[in-house]
Amino acid sequence: MEIHEIIRIVLTIIIGTIGLAAFGIFFGLLYKGLDRKISAHMQGRIGPPIRQPFRDIGKLFTKENIVPENAVPWIFHLAPLIGLVASISILLYLPIGGFPPLASGYGDLILILYLLIIPSLALVIGGFASGSPYATVGAQREMATMIAYEFPLAIIIVTIAWKLSATTVGGTLIQNSFAISTITSTPVWSVVGPIGFIGLILLLLALIIVTPAELSKIPFDSPEAETEIGGGLLVEYSGRNLAMFYLMDSVKTIVMASIIVALFFPYNLSNLVGLDAGSYPAYTIDIIFYLIKVLIVLVLSVTIIRVAVARLKIDQIVYTYWVPLTLMALIGLICIMWDGQFGLPRIVEMLGLV
Amino acid sequence: MSPEATTKTTYRLPIGPIHPALKEPVAFEFEIDGERIVDVRVSLGQVHRSVEWAGMRRNPIQILYLAERICGICSYCHPMAFALAVENIADIEVPERAEYLRVIQAELERICSHILWAGVAAHEIGFDSVLFLTWQMREKVLDLTEYLTGNRITKAITMIGGVRRDITKDMVPKVTEALNYFKDNFEKLRHIFLDDKTFKMRSQGVGILTKEDALQLCACGPTTRASGVKKDVRLDQPYFAYGDLDFDYVTPDILTGEVNGDVYDRIIVRLLEVKQSIELIEQCLDLMPAGDIVSEPKIAKLLATLKKVKGEGIGRMEAPRGEVIHYVKLDENEHPYCWKVRAPTYNNILPWIPMLRGEQIADIPIVAASTDPCMSCTNRVAIVDSGKKYELNREELHKMSVEKTRRLMK
Repeated sequence: MEIHEIIRIVLTIIIGTIGLAAFGIFFGLLYKGLDRKISAHMQGRIGPPIRQPFRDIGKLFTKENIVPENAVPWIFHLAPLIGLVASISILLYLPIGGFPPLASGYGDLILILYLLIIPSLALVIGGFASGSPYATVGAQREMATMIAYEFPLAIIIVTIAWKLSATTVGGTLIQNSFAISTITSTPVWSVVGPIGFIGLILLLLALIIVTPAELSKIPFDSPEAETEIGGGLLVEYSGRNLAMFYLMDSVKTIVMASIIVALFFPYNLSNLVGLDAGSYPAYTIDIIFYLIKVLIVLVLSVTIIRVAVARLKIDQIVYTYWVPLTLMALIGLICIMWDGQFGLPRIVEMLGLV
Repeated sequence: MSPEATTKTTYRLPIGPIHPALKEPVAFEFEIDGERIVDVRVSLGQVHRSVEWAGMRRNPIQILYLAERICGICSYCHPMAFALAVENIADIEVPERAEYLRVIQAELERICSHILWAGVAAHEIGFDSVLFLTWQMREKVLDLTEYLTGNRITKAITMIGGVRRDITKDMVPKVTEALNYFKDNFEKLRHIFLDDKTFKMRSQGVGILTKEDALQLCACGPTTRASGVKKDVRLDQPYFAYGDLDFDYVTPDILTGEVNGDVYDRIIVRLLEVKQSIELIEQCLDLMPAGDIVSEPKIAKLLATLKKVKGEGIGRMEAPRGEVIHYVKLDENEHPYCWKVRAPTYNNILPWIPMLRGEQIADIPIVAASTDPCMSCTNRVAIVDSGKKYELNREELHKMSVEKTRRLMK
């Protein structure tokens, strides 16, 4: 490889990462503002202006950064940074509009699944390091929540990748079915029959219900429950560190919505309108379409759910994910298996019912 | 490390005096095992403002306005209980129309208080949409209160021997219009609070107060009625015009057929009481006779009469949260010799302990809120030096109470 080539790749990655971070933070905060505005209107309020999250961040960065006496300072300071970096790095593996993932070829869905855990872990570590009983309770709850929703999430992702791996396109089996580029180039809806379609809808619903827990939103926000433990994990955080957690949360919002979009709605408008892929008008149209898709997904999975229900207790959260939601995901999995090469008798045999 | 230190599985979690779950300062200290509450200690005295002390340096009319400021939500029942106590001492006859007007104001306050509480309870379990919905309704109650009294919160409607403002014939349509609005919206509230799944998940079987505990700990108001105890001053010892009105004790079995004494039952009781209050106001509007609204309209003359009175009296009434008692002693002086306030929350503090024991941390806010605590009403003393400790048993306490009563009677 020539030296120019290497420089070009390195530059692309550096500039691309900075661009993606700016993109994630900007739109994360924007969607946060939209979410607050929409939920306010649903509750009969006017709500804050859409730019309020930007103001909050700006103000937090100018505020004093208080470290509690009982805290372990270096972990306390490191946790927000790790969380923010991890959530931005997931963006590198996700397709944004018409652009392919920046780091495609270096990681797949399994990596994203693991990276998704890191921001939550950062919160847990930061919570334990703050040395406050509220934060400790919050951290314990966050861990329990994580364990609860990870299982249905894994089922959903594995099912879709498995379905694609068993699909033939143009006479050949799909290789690399866990790679994001494969998933986006072959929308799952196009490779299933009617029963598989029902299965996919079940999986989509399950993923929409996992999202509020990933993002610590009502009804699954018991780790941060304001009226119970006063902000929980974040109770001791202030100033710059709190701002970083806030940014992490907004980037994670974009990440979760992008995962849903990439898995279930990877369609682009440009080829429908007849624009050449790779041209600037095509990129513009695709990115606008992508942002609309993200907004719809977020309104459905965060805003509507959080205005319509009360906060659940931690045991109820764990139950919700382990029993009804896991069952839902498993039924989705069975539907897709049924639809594929197995057929019902084989599934019954595999489940050991015969 | 000693074995004791390693086997200890519980930890201490302080809630309060300042905490988002608490609308007013009160300090809890919890002993927690995982998420489960093993033990709880409550300490009061964070918002003592010496209201009684200030009252004993004012004349009875001035006290009415001071009593209003004991608590923002109970801004009618405190001055009214004081007025009842003074009327009791001075044998003041209240005109019949005023008795009905007093009922209307009292029930309006109950509607306002219960709806406000419902919103707070929803907020405690993270259901903010319901908070905003209920407070929209409360806004209408406040509008009606403003229309009838001229004020929204501190109503300044009470007068010894009557009330200060009448409800004239041309005001009635507006009142009935507002009442019809509450009736229409009541079904909406009932549906949300009693049928919503997440609401049920958070309130059913949580914070149980058994009937025995409620009786032993002398709980009062909706808290005790939700445990199945039929206790309501309005019916037990009717005051105002309650004796002429048709209503009954509100207990949860009216709706569900069983009494559990949990948070859900307390929600039921309060919601049914809102409905009952609307009906009571309607009855009052129908039955209200014509006549004076105050026995002595000249305040200077009233004060002169009260200056010549000697004796002690008790004013009891059913506030939205339970029974409020005002004890007043006059001794032919401009200022009362003694004024003692016992707010309903005082009785509902001890029931917190059996309610909270064995529940989860997540239940603390909703259980604590379920008795509708009002700390500024309750706090009559501040502990300055908490280092000194002494314990009193029942006999000693009884002896001290008798001694104090004798001292006051002198």
